[in-house]
Amino acid sequence: MNDGRDKESFERRLAAARDNAGLGQPKPNAARKAAGEGQKAINLAMRLGVELVAAMVIAVVIGWGLDKLFHTSPWLMICMVPVGMAAGLRNLIRAVGPGTG
Amino acid sequence: MAGPSIDALGQFRLTTGLGPLGASVNFTNSNEAMLAAAVIIVIFFFVGLRARAMIPGRTQALVEILYEFVRNMCVDTIGEGGLRYFPLVFTLFSFILLGNLIGLFPYFFAFTSHIAVTLTLALFVFLFSTGVGFYTHGLRFFKFFVPEGVPVWLLPLLVPIEIISYLSRPVSLSVRLFANMTAGHVMWEVFAGFMLMLTGSLGILGIVASIIPLGLNVALVALELLVAGLQAYVFAILTCLYLHDAVHMH
Repeated sequence: MNDGRDKESFERRLAAARDNAGLGQPKPNAARKAAGEGQKAINLAMRLGVELVAAMVIAVVIGWGLDKLFHTSPWLMICMVPVGMAAGLRNLIRAVGPGTG
Repeated sequence: MAGPSIDALGQFRLTTGLGPLGASVNFTNSNEAMLAAAVIIVIFFFVGLRARAMIPGRTQALVEILYEFVRNMCVDTIGEGGLRYFPLVFTLFSFILLGNLIGLFPYFFAFTSHIAVTLTLALFVFLFSTGVGFYTHGLRFFKFFVPEGVPVWLLPLLVPIEIISYLSRPVSLSVRLFANMTAGHVMWEVFAGFMLMLTGSLGILGIVASIIPLGLNVALVALELLVAGLQAYVFAILTCLYLHDAVHMH
């Protein structure tokens, strides 16, 4: 990369050019924040459905495997269904709840 | 029904590439696409960064935007010490992004539409973040599964829930990417096949009517471009989130 002197002069020329064009100083914060909010919303919309189902699938698979192991079919699998639902809700709360930026 | 039929899943069939040599080692079209994605990334970065100009040209600006985007994501999401994992996140992001994007072109294979590929990536991320958790916290990382401020008699119920919630991470990570890519390509194929059926069975009227599915396919291209970028972003940011959990345990 180039040395700092070049960068300084570049910033100065950029500011001068912006002044000439009547653009003033750039305001990156507001625009970046809005874009960030939009991204976050789409990101969440993409995540939530799968999060709910994935926990359920894992719970049922674990229950099914334990049933095979202990020959208790289908009771452990049935017991794991509410646990899987709870874990799915836990995933949702973790994704949208307070404390997760 | 006679005439052309819709074979929506035929596009995901694996064949061997690179002639007889590829056939002997089972080098598939999926591997070809992966190799192409990796080569395109390396060439793109090589060309983009060769100029090293103070005022970047278009290619260099694109490279810098990608770099800074992922870098900010790492620092913001993982927090302190997040830069240590930047190379991993950046590699995953660019590989998946390129895989999604070249999969949109005709004659290219969308390797992210195979669950074998996405599950491998997701399992790697899952095992890596778990390893990071145990490396930084030792056996105290097990406390991650014990929620704080909960009465003791609830723990036998809550700990399995937390463990299942943790184990569901690679599943949701891989299924999301795989399902989005597969769904998009299947929709394309179905609409395109529908066009052939219309023109084949209804003659002139069918040719006129097939403008509708054609228009839908054109609109789908835009949607798929969005999905391709977004899914790569979601995969990368979830990798960051899991690493954050492993490093900070909340």
